[in-house]
This record gives sequence, C-alpha cells and structure tokens, in this order.
Amino acid sequence: MSAPILVIDDVSKSFRGLRAVAAVSFDVRAGSITALIGPNGAGKTTLFNVIAGVFAPDRGRIVFAGADVTGRRPDLICHAGIGRTFQIVRPFPGLSVEENVTIGALRTGTAVSAARRRAGDILDLLGLSAKARELAGTLTLPERKRLEVARALATEPKILLLDEVMAGLRPGETDEMVAVFRKLNAETGITIFLIEHVMRAVMALSQDVVVLNHGRLISRGTPADVVRDPAVLECYLGEDEEA
Amino acid sequence: MIRNLATELSTRDAVAATTLVLLLVAAPFVVGDYLLSVILIILYFAYVGQAWNLMMGIAGQLSLGHALYVGLGAYTAAALFVHFDVPPAIGLFAAMAVAALAGAVIGFLAFRFGISGVYFALLTIAFAEFTRILFSHFDWVGATSGFFLPVENRTSSDLVNLRGTSVMFYYVILTLAAGALVFVRLLAGTRLGYYWRAIREDQIAAQALGINVFRYKMLAVVISAAMTAVGGVFLAFYYNNLFPTDVFGIHRSIEIIVAPIIGGLGTYFGPVVGAFLIGILGEGLTNATEAAGIQTAGIKQLVYGVILLLIIKLVPGGLWPLIARRLGFSIKERRK
Repeated sequence: MSAPILVIDDVSKSFRGLRAVAAVSFDVRAGSITALIGPNGAGKTTLFNVIAGVFAPDRGRIVFAGADVTGRRPDLICHAGIGRTFQIVRPFPGLSVEENVTIGALRTGTAVSAARRRAGDILDLLGLSAKARELAGTLTLPERKRLEVARALATEPKILLLDEVMAGLRPGETDEMVAVFRKLNAETGITIFLIEHVMRAVMALSQDVVVLNHGRLISRGTPADVVRDPAVLECYLGEDEEA
Repeated sequence: MIRNLATELSTRDAVAATTLVLLLVAAPFVVGDYLLSVILIILYFAYVGQAWNLMMGIAGQLSLGHALYVGLGAYTAAALFVHFDVPPAIGLFAAMAVAALAGAVIGFLAFRFGISGVYFALLTIAFAEFTRILFSHFDWVGATSGFFLPVENRTSSDLVNLRGTSVMFYYVILTLAAGALVFVRLLAGTRLGYYWRAIREDQIAAQALGINVFRYKMLAVVISAAMTAVGGVFLAFYYNNLFPTDVFGIHRSIEIIVAPIIGGLGTYFGPVVGAFLIGILGEGLTNATEAAGIQTAGIKQLVYGVILLLIIKLVPGGLWPLIARRLGFSIKERRK
C-alpha cells in the first residue's frame, strides 16, 4: 500500500450553524482512485471546496504531499498540484474549447504554442477534438463535463478532484469516461479522488471508497466492503436514494 | 509572435488593412484642414478606446472613469513642460507612471476587498470625480481658470516637444492608434491575454486553474491606465489648454467607452470602427443642426445614448463582428 498523498485531518466546516462537514478524517493514497460517496447534502462538495481552498475549514488540516495547505488560496492549491472540476460546470463560455484547455495548460509555462499543443493532446484523450474550435458555451452538458476534466488535467495536477463528472452521462458514455480515468491513472500515476453518484462508475473505478452522511464519515474501505456496510445501506435505503 | 499574427490574417484581411493604412497615411495630402481635424479626433478615440478595451473587452473590468487617466496624463506632461521645461517625449513616461499609480491604487482598493462589477465601476467614477474636484482647487495647474500651454504658430515640426503643425499631430495619433491596435492584439495572444480572458469569462474557474486573479486584474488596470495617459499627453499638447471639468468630467469617460462598445467589446478592430462611426455621425450631426439653425447643446450626447441603447439591445457583440462577417474578414474576438 502506497503512502497517503492527501490527508484530511479532523476537518469541520459549518455554514450559519449548519455543520456541513463534521470532524472528518481520512486519507487518499498516492496513485489510487478513491471515491467519495454519500446522499445529497452529505457534505461531499463542501469537503472538496475546503480541499480546493474555496473555503477555509473551521477546524482541522489539509495536508497535501507532505505540506500543510489548509486555507490556501485556490490558485495556490492548483499550483501545489491539486486540480479540480466544478459540480456545476464553469466553462469559459465565450472562449473556444481549445482556448479553455490552453488556459489550464498555461499553468506550467508561459509559451502559448506549447500549451496549445498540450491542450490538443488532452482534447484528443477526452474525445473533444472535433469540438476544439467551437465556443465552450455551445457544448452539451456531457461535453461540458468532459471539458471540465480536460481543463483541470491540463494544469498537470498530481491529484484530480472530480465532482460528479459522470452525472447525466448515458451508460455508454460513463463507461468511456471510466476507461479514460483508468488509463490516465495507470499511465501517469495521477491520483484520482472523485465524488460520484453513479454507482456503476464507483464500483468499476475505485479502489477505496469513503462514505459521508450528514457531514460525518460513516464508512470507508473497498467498494465491495462499503456496499455491504449496514450503516451505508441504511443511509442510502433509508432516504430512498437513486444510487 | 509577429509571425503568429501574420499567419492568422488572411490575404483579404491583409489587403484591407494595408489599404486602410495607406488611405490614412495619405489623408493629409488629400483632405482639407477641417476633415483632417475630424479624422484626428476619430483616431484619438480609436486610441483611448483601445486602451479601455484592453481592460473591459479583454480583462472584463468595467471602468467608467477613464477620463481620470487621460487627465492625469495630460496635466502631468503639461505641468512638467510649463514649469520645468521637460519635453513631453520625457514627460510622457512620468504621465504614464502617474496614471499607472492611480490605476494601481483603485485596483488595489477594489480587488483586495472584493469590489467588482458595477461597484468597481462606481469606484472608478468616484476617483475621476474626486480628482476633478481636487484639480479644480489645484492652483499650481491653474485650478478652475485652466492650465495653458504656450501656443506657437510653427510651420516646422518638433516631435520631442510636440510642437508643430496639425499634420504632425495627425501622424502622431495615427501611429498611436495603429500601435495600440497591434499592441493589444499581440498582448491578447500571450499568456497574459489568455489569463485576462479567463478572468473575464469566469473568475472562480480562472482561479481554480492557478491564475492569481488579483495580480492579473491589477496588470490590466495599470497597463490600460498608462496607455490612456499617453492619449492625455497628446490631448494636452494638441489643444494647449486644460480645464478640470472638461478633462476629468464623467462625459469624457463616457465618450471613451462609446466607440469600443459600438464597434465591438473585446474585438481588436472594433474600437477603430466604432470611433469612425461615432466621429462621422457626430460631425454630421453638428453640421446638420448648425445648417438648420438649431441651438441644442446636448443633442450629440442624446444621439450617442440612443445609439448605445440600440447597439446593446440589437447587436450586443458590436458592429465590427457583423461587418467583418459580411465582408468576409476573419475575426478574432470575443464571440457570445
């Protein structure tokens, strides 16, 4: 088992008294594909935003690659090697798909031509090459989700935080995305940490699963362990979740 | 970078651009003094419009107080010239520095404390107005009674001291307008330009991609302010008189933004097209009302307002993208 690349240490975050994330601790192994699941409102996206520097936690620490990155600005978090997508996609609508990804690729160097070449490769990987010249604002939602991934990937992160990038995809498209993440993970060794409701993807992709409910960590383990955990079954079945 | 620019332009674009440049270069030999002065003012608005366009059209930061930078540039170079005999060729740099500093102060206050959008625009107005009042009491530069540069009727041209014929001024502003167009176009193709457009489109997404939003917004304001100040220096030495209300007034700030909005925000050629349309229309209107014997002071502003309304309502992308498509030119600009 490899060492942790990301350590969530006793992290809490409240909004006006509502505890969105409550004393959560776990770690993500370097090179793993780890899924974060839980019912709606479990605090998954809030935790992502805390990791990505959008919110500072009220308590606790985020340690990434051995450095304490708690409360750093989002752009510095990106420079530290954490790439993220947004659950509600945020493309640059007035720019072309290629320009969107080029902007991500410019994180590692000032040469625009090199960044454009790299953007081209990433668009290939995600099957967006045919749309490279289109405006991002004209893409369909599944395409926008892929663009989110492409853009984050272009910043050359060590870990990729994916927030429901497979929601709304057809089963065939989900399988394609799963194949892309597998390939990336195997070939580049990038750690993938994803929030996902599509259990088909979670089961197919992840080695580790972390389950949140009402802001608390209720289970963690392999996918097979987690789906048999009574606490997990209760929180899903009890709330009649589609997952 | 130059090579990139060349390859992106089609032959058609190149022919059209060359023709336009040749026409403008030849203008002083062809047209009379009056028409030349009209084109000169048009080119001035194309220049300052381009400077404003860099900040709003490309980086997405709305300034409604750009007269501040024109005025600071104008007063700085003029005061250095009158009081210390510093030629504008050198005073220019002081003018740019003063305007850049003012831009940096406004940018710092706004961006550090998360003031954006309309509130940022209000802050820019406030600073312009505040400076107008300040200069109205600033005796060293004449306060409300105005600041005057010595007028000499020269037939020869002295570029260093910006003293000469209107033809010299014409070529100066033509060079500035063309230079600004090329400068902004080239800058937009660099990492800086990409980052500005990312911030314009979505600041939060930009930040998640590692962009230091504060730094790049500051750069946009500072560069735009310095560019605008150069326009102010030109204005001071062309008109030879400066009055706080006339230089810093809100109507001056609005005048600057009309051309790029009409021509097309974020396009590179839009400010030029907009300046020509507004300039021709404005002069035509003045002549028409004079011929008809109507004395209406605010009619120009009224017509500008109506045109702005129509453009924003009917062609929010501006006229240039529309014209460019019709004529088959390639356009590299913001498309929405």
